[in-house]
Amino acid sequence: MSRPGPEPHPPGLHLSGIHGRTLHPGRAAGQVLRLSEPVSFWGGVGEDGRIVDVHHPQRGASLAGQVVVMDGGRGSSSSATIVAELVRVGAAPAALVLGECDSILVVGALVGAELYDVQMPIIELAPADLDRIGPGRVEVEADNAGAGTGLATIRATPPEQAS
Amino acid sequence: MVTGTSPLVLTPDEQAMLDGGSGRAVALAMRLVVGVARAGGATRLLPAESAHVDGCIYHGRAALDLAERLVELGGRVAIRTTLNVGSLDLLHPGMVRADAELADGGRRLMDAYLALGCEQTWSCAPYQISHRPAQGTHVAWAESNAIAFVNSVLGARTDRYGDFLDIAAALTGRVPAAGLHLDSERRPVLLLDCSAVPAELWEHDAAWAALGAVLGEVAGTRVAALTGVPGSLDDGGTTEDRLKAVAATAASAGGVALFHVVGVTPEEVSVDGLPAHRVGPADLRAARDRLTTSLDDRLDAVSLGTPHFSVSEFAALAREVDEEVRFAVPVYVSTSRAVLAEATRLGHLAPIERAGARIVTDTCTYVTPVLDPAAHSVMTSSGKWAWYAPANLGVDVVLGSLAECVASARAGRVVRDESPWS
Repeated sequence: MSRPGPEPHPPGLHLSGIHGRTLHPGRAAGQVLRLSEPVSFWGGVGEDGRIVDVHHPQRGASLAGQVVVMDGGRGSSSSATIVAELVRVGAAPAALVLGECDSILVVGALVGAELYDVQMPIIELAPADLDRIGPGRVEVEADNAGAGTGLATIRATPPEQAS
Repeated sequence: MVTGTSPLVLTPDEQAMLDGGSGRAVALAMRLVVGVARAGGATRLLPAESAHVDGCIYHGRAALDLAERLVELGGRVAIRTTLNVGSLDLLHPGMVRADAELADGGRRLMDAYLALGCEQTWSCAPYQISHRPAQGTHVAWAESNAIAFVNSVLGARTDRYGDFLDIAAALTGRVPAAGLHLDSERRPVLLLDCSAVPAELWEHDAAWAALGAVLGEVAGTRVAALTGVPGSLDDGGTTEDRLKAVAATAASAGGVALFHVVGVTPEEVSVDGLPAHRVGPADLRAARDRLTTSLDDRLDAVSLGTPHFSVSEFAALAREVDEEVRFAVPVYVSTSRAVLAEATRLGHLAPIERAGARIVTDTCTYVTPVLDPAAHSVMTSSGKWAWYAPANLGVDVVLGSLAECVASARAGRVVRDESPWS
């Protein structure tokens, strides 16, 4: 599905508020993990949330509990099942931040929320904003604006709350 | 700042489903459809006439939890729904060497989808016998080869559905008005000019799998038009079998969900001004060689029927086998129950089984443990099998025509005729 994505922020704007579009609502916090290329959850992520794709430059990195930032989704529709499975076992990312909508990952998050009552927010940012997140700990807030598209915000966690 | 978009607008019927008026299972399913429609920026939903569901193969507990939740909530499909392959061959117990989790989970998952009112087709090629949507109708199909086939060869309209969204569309009878449901997304954006491929190479079935690989690699996920490709969809199945191979391999190698073969497939398209790629015999040969990882003539098994073998392919195989010369290595043929019944009725099965072939139904040899784990080198006529088996099964593959697969199975070593490729 293609649609116009969010517009990038002007240069110099502080991280205290990068805004994007909600793909799946929820609130979360975690360390930023920027993936240098998208990973396919199906076949590319193990049941403990680690990257197992031998071709991925960040093989071995754990997505569990992280705010995972990647350009987009990749691969088979079976990735939806893997996302829901990671939610089930508690090894899912805290949030996903994408440069373009990926409906397969959205379905996985929707099912994870229905079955296990865990909200893993997914937000879409302008691709130029992806590299402006982190490093460090951030909070993600993705609201659900009724029938429209919700507003999502990423903020750096204030130092006294950082862990 | 967020670019403004129009919100999703539901009809009163759709809103009632979301609010629980058609039961809790439909409401859950509608939350999935609406969630995806909003994320993708759709402004409305469309009624779908049928569904093909791929979620019935066991990939873990979460998929079973959803299917059993929908059953428990009283779910029932709203439109005709066929099922893709499962994890087990229910007609041939013991064919799949399943561990306890796969045997139990796989069976429960298959049972749950039947309880939701789906038809027990258990096939990745439901389009071969009974489930053939009319041109222009909206459907919700999953499984990449079936999506590409139903869009391209039958001219029905589906986007790329998959796990969870397929059954959600089946329960609600609705899909987001987005992607390949829309005229604007179905037009070709590039051209593959195949007029330099000689007529005799088109008679070699491996050339069609090779064409699929080239299409997938060039087009990626884009819609392509092909010119210079022979065929007629009224020829008794041969062209359908060939386009099945193109669709399946292109979906594997690239993510193709729709292509147009000018003069053959049903949708009228304009190719004026499209950026053109010329495809010649050397390109097809190179693609065939990329789908071959084995370096010598060792052969441990032959796998046919990915996507599932058709009645016309069984007829061709029956003509190739020699009942007096049994296969020297195991030969597996994956197919659907419906095709198996029809091929048996037509007398194609008996000579094939006498030659020693093993028929696999309900599942497929590249997604479930069927082959002997000692098999290292396997020959196939399927570009899709050749694409996935090295990673899924850890085997080396050789891509060849059906005739080459049969000759090799008899000889117990890889036999290929290089002359059509030179």
